[in-house]
Amino acid sequence: MTELAIAFTLNGERRALRVPAHRTLLHVLRDDCGAVEVKEGCGEGVCGTCTVLLDGEPVSSCLVLAPRVAGRDVVTLRGLCEGDALHPLQEAFVAHGAAQCGFCTPGMILTAYALLRERPHPTRADVRRAIAGNLCRCTGYTKIVDAILAAAGPGEPRDGA
Amino acid sequence: MAREATPATEPLRVVGRAIPRHDARDKVEARTLYAADWQMPGMLHGAVLRSAYPSARIRRLDVSRAAALPGVAAVLTARDVPRNVLWTDVPGQTSEVGPLRARLVLLADGVVRYQGEPVALVAAETPEVAQRAVEAIDVEYEPLPGVFDPAAALAPGAPRVHEEGNLLARWQIRCGDVERALERADVVIDTTYRCQMVDHAYLEPEAGVAWVDADGVLTIRASTQVIEHFRDVAEVLGVPHNRVRVIAPYVGGGFGGKEDVTVEVFLGLLAWRTRRPVRMVWSRQESLLARAKRHPFVLRYRTGAARDGTLVAQRIELLGDAGAYAYLSALVLLYATVTACGPYRVPNAEVQARVAYTNNPPTSAMRGFGAMQMVLGYESQMDQLARRLGLDPVEVRARNALHKGDRLPVGQQIETRVAVIEAARRAWAGLGPRVAPRTPHHRVGRGLACNIQPYGRIVWLHDWASAWVGIEMDGSVVVRAGVPDIGGGQASALCQIASEVLGVEPAQVAIHIADSALTPLAGTTTATRQLYMSGNAVLAAARELRARVLEVAARLLEAPPGRVELREGAAVAPDGRRVALAQVMKECARLGVPRSHLGVYHAPAGDPVDLARGGRVFPDYTFGAHAVEVEVDTETGAVAVLRHVACHDVGRAINPQSVEGQIQGGAAMGLGYGLLEEVVVEAGVNLTTSLGTYLVPTALDLPDVEPVILESGDGKGPFGARGIGEPPVGPPAAAVANAIEDATGVRITELPITPERVARALGLLESPAPGRA
Ligand code: FES
Ligand code: FES
Repeated sequence: MTELAIAFTLNGERRALRVPAHRTLLHVLRDDCGAVEVKEGCGEGVCGTCTVLLDGEPVSSCLVLAPRVAGRDVVTLRGLCEGDALHPLQEAFVAHGAAQCGFCTPGMILTAYALLRERPHPTRADVRRAIAGNLCRCTGYTKIVDAILAAAGPGEPRDGA
Repeated sequence: MAREATPATEPLRVVGRAIPRHDARDKVEARTLYAADWQMPGMLHGAVLRSAYPSARIRRLDVSRAAALPGVAAVLTARDVPRNVLWTDVPGQTSEVGPLRARLVLLADGVVRYQGEPVALVAAETPEVAQRAVEAIDVEYEPLPGVFDPAAALAPGAPRVHEEGNLLARWQIRCGDVERALERADVVIDTTYRCQMVDHAYLEPEAGVAWVDADGVLTIRASTQVIEHFRDVAEVLGVPHNRVRVIAPYVGGGFGGKEDVTVEVFLGLLAWRTRRPVRMVWSRQESLLARAKRHPFVLRYRTGAARDGTLVAQRIELLGDAGAYAYLSALVLLYATVTACGPYRVPNAEVQARVAYTNNPPTSAMRGFGAMQMVLGYESQMDQLARRLGLDPVEVRARNALHKGDRLPVGQQIETRVAVIEAARRAWAGLGPRVAPRTPHHRVGRGLACNIQPYGRIVWLHDWASAWVGIEMDGSVVVRAGVPDIGGGQASALCQIASEVLGVEPAQVAIHIADSALTPLAGTTTATRQLYMSGNAVLAAARELRARVLEVAARLLEAPPGRVELREGAAVAPDGRRVALAQVMKECARLGVPRSHLGVYHAPAGDPVDLARGGRVFPDYTFGAHAVEVEVDTETGAVAVLRHVACHDVGRAINPQSVEGQIQGGAAMGLGYGLLEEVVVEAGVNLTTSLGTYLVPTALDLPDVEPVILESGDGKGPFGARGIGEPPVGPPAAAVANAIEDATGVRITELPITPERVARALGLLESPAPGRA
C-alpha cells in the first residue's frame, strides 16, 4: 500500500502525517487526527454530515482523498469557536432549537457559515438552496433555516441566483 | 407558532417555557461524543459478513482463511454463539396463531432468510483488516425458492420462510353487525390502499464500543433506544443479567430503528470472546440493506355512512409484510388493528389484520408503529365520503369524531379530552387564503387528515419507569434516569420538570441518563412514552423530595408548614423571608432527612386482551390534524407542498420549542413517506442501499411546517402532558393525497405519491403501472 507524507493546517494548526494514498480526508480527520467532530452519515457524498471547509469552501470530506489536502487549509466546526464564545450561527442554532439529535449540526453550521460569507443577507430560498446537500432527519429544516437567517441578522435580502 | 393557552391549575415557572435544551450547546460545538466517536486503548474493529441471497441454504461455511489473516482476533459463526436466538413473546393472540413465541436468529444457522442477514462476525486490529477478513470467509450458498409478497406467502404451497408457516400474526376486532350496517348504508366507499416499506434513515448509522471492565462486567456503549437490551446480550452469552451493562450516549436519531438490537449483541459476543475493547460501526449501505424497516401494508376499507355523513360501519382488511423475522411485527399489527377506524365513532366495525413472513428485509418498529400506516386508509375514506356527499371536510369529521367517554371499536373507553376537531379547524383555517395556480397547467388543492396515535406501551406490558432526584449540599439538583435521549429533548424535559418542582433554575439541574448499571431503569425511548412515563417518575420523585425539604425549611423559617415555597434556589416564607436551599440541605443532613428520592411511575395496567371480545389496550391517545395546500403540475405529475399546518393536542407543552421540533420533524418525515421514500426490493434484493437511491427529503423538498400546539391540559403525563414523538408522522401522506384529489379530481391510493403515479392517474402515461415487487 502506497503511503504518502502530507502536511496541512487543521483549524489553524499544522499537521504532518503519513497516510495511505486512498484514505479519505474524513477518515484521516476522524481516525488519524482525532477530529471526531466531523461525522460520517453515508460515506458517499450524499448527506453532508462530513462537511468541512477546504480553503474556505464547504466540501464533503468523505469524497476528498487525503493527499489532495496537502498544503491546504482545513476547518471543522471546532475551528469556528474562539475560546468560550460561540459563533453567532452556533448561538442561533441553540436559541432556535435547530439541533435535535445534533448529528447533522456540524456539517450544517459549516455550510451555513460559507453561505453567509458569500451572501451575508440571504433570502429563505437562498438558505434552503445552500443547505440542500446537508440532510437532517430530525427537524424538518424549518428551525435550521430560522436559525441561519437569525444569525445573518437584519439586512437587505437579495434574491438568490 | 400559535398556542392555545388553557388556565393552569398551578402557576408554572419553568414548565411551558421554550428554553434551549442543556444538550444544545455541546451539539453546536460538536462536543457530543456519539457512539462511533468513542475510542478505547487497544480497541479492535468489528465487521459483519452478510448473506448475499434472500433465501438460501448454507452448504459450507469455512472461516479458516479469514481467521489466519494477520491482525484478525476473532471470527465467529452461529456455532460460537452460546444462545443464538432472541425471542419475542406476544400474548393475547387469537387461537389460530396461538400465543406467539417468535424467533430472531442472531447469526444464520444453516439457512439465510433475507439478503443482508448476518452470517459471521469478525474482530480485527483495523477496520481494513476486518473487512478483508469478512471477504476471506468462504461460504457456499445453495439458493432456495423464496417468497416476496405477503399475499403470495399466505397462498397454499408457498415456500415456507419458517417451519411454522408464513402467517406470523393475526388480530381481529368485531363490534356490532357490520354486514347489516353496510347493506343499509346510504353510501359505501370501497377502496384498497397500499403503503410502502421505508427506512428510518437517521443520520447516525448504528454504532457502538464494547469492553469488559475491571469488575468483569461487559460494558456496551452503543447507539440505542433501549439500554435494557443488556438482558438480551446476557441471555445470548449465557451470563447473569447483572454482568452486562449498556450505556446509550446521546443518539443521532432513532425513530424506532434503534429499538430492536442492532450492534449490541455482536459487540458483546466479540468483546467477550477477545477480552478486548471492540468497536463496530455499520456503514450506511449496511444500515439500509439489513436493519429492520417500516411495514408495508395493503389496506382494504369498506366504509358505510348515512346520507348526513354519519359513519355506520367500517370493514377493514389489513395485510402486512413482516419480512424474514418476527421482530415486533405482531405488535405493530396490533397498533394498526386498534387504530384502523381512526379518531371516529364507528358503531359497527370489523378489522381483520394479518402479517406474513416473506424473504424481504425484516420490518419492525418505526415512528408511528402500525398506527401511522392506517391514516392513509381512514382519512382517504373520510375525504371520499365528504366529496361523495358534498360535505365540508372538517364537517364530515366533526359529525363522527370521538369524544371523551366514547369507546373505540376495540372496546376501550377514551378517558381524556379528544380535541381532534379543534385541531382540524385550526389546521384548516391556518392555511389562509388560497393561492392561485402559477400557470394554466398547474392546479392547487387542499387536504386535511386527522389521526389517533397511542402514547405509552400496551397495558398488559405493565409498564413502569423509575427516576432518582436528589439535591446536593450546595443546593444544585441531580436527576438520574435510565432514559436514552434520541434527539427529542427527552433528557432536558426531565430537567425542566425537576426545576419546576424544586424551584431552581434549569441550569442548576444536572442529569445523568441511560446507563443500565448506574441510572434507575426507565424503560425504552419508544412508543411515545418517555415524557409520559419518566416525566411522571421525575415528577413523583421531585414532589416527594420537595415535601420533605419544605418541612425542614418551615422549621428553619419558623413559618407555618404548607405556606413555604421553593423558588430561586431558596425556601421562602409567606412574609418573604428566605433560607437558601444549601442551608436547608445542611439542616436535612443534621437531622438525617434524606436528600434524594427514587420515584416510580406505574402506567395503567391490564391483562392481555382478546381483541375480538374487547377491552383496554393502551393508556391513552394523542390526537391531531394536518392541513396542506399542494400544487400539482398536470403536465408532469409533480406535486409541491406549498403550505403545511400541523396541529396536535399535547395536553401541556413542557417545552414548546421541543414540541414544535417534534411536530415539524414528524411532519417532514410524514411528507417524505408520502411523496418520496421507498425501500425498493425486487425478488428479495434491496435496490436502495445508498442515500443516492433511498431518497430522504432535502431542504428543497419540504415546505416550512407551521406547528400549532393545543393544550387541553388533559393528558396522563406530567402536568397533563400527552406524548408527541410519534403522532405528527401520521397525517401528512393522507393530507397530500386528499389535496391532490381536491386539485385534480384524481384519487391516489398508493404511496409514495411520485410524479409517475400522479401522471398515470391523470392519464398522461399509457402503459399500465408495473407490478409491485
Ligand atoms: S458522509 Fe460524506 S456526504 Fe455523507
Ligand atoms: S438534528 Fe438530527 S439529523 Fe439534524
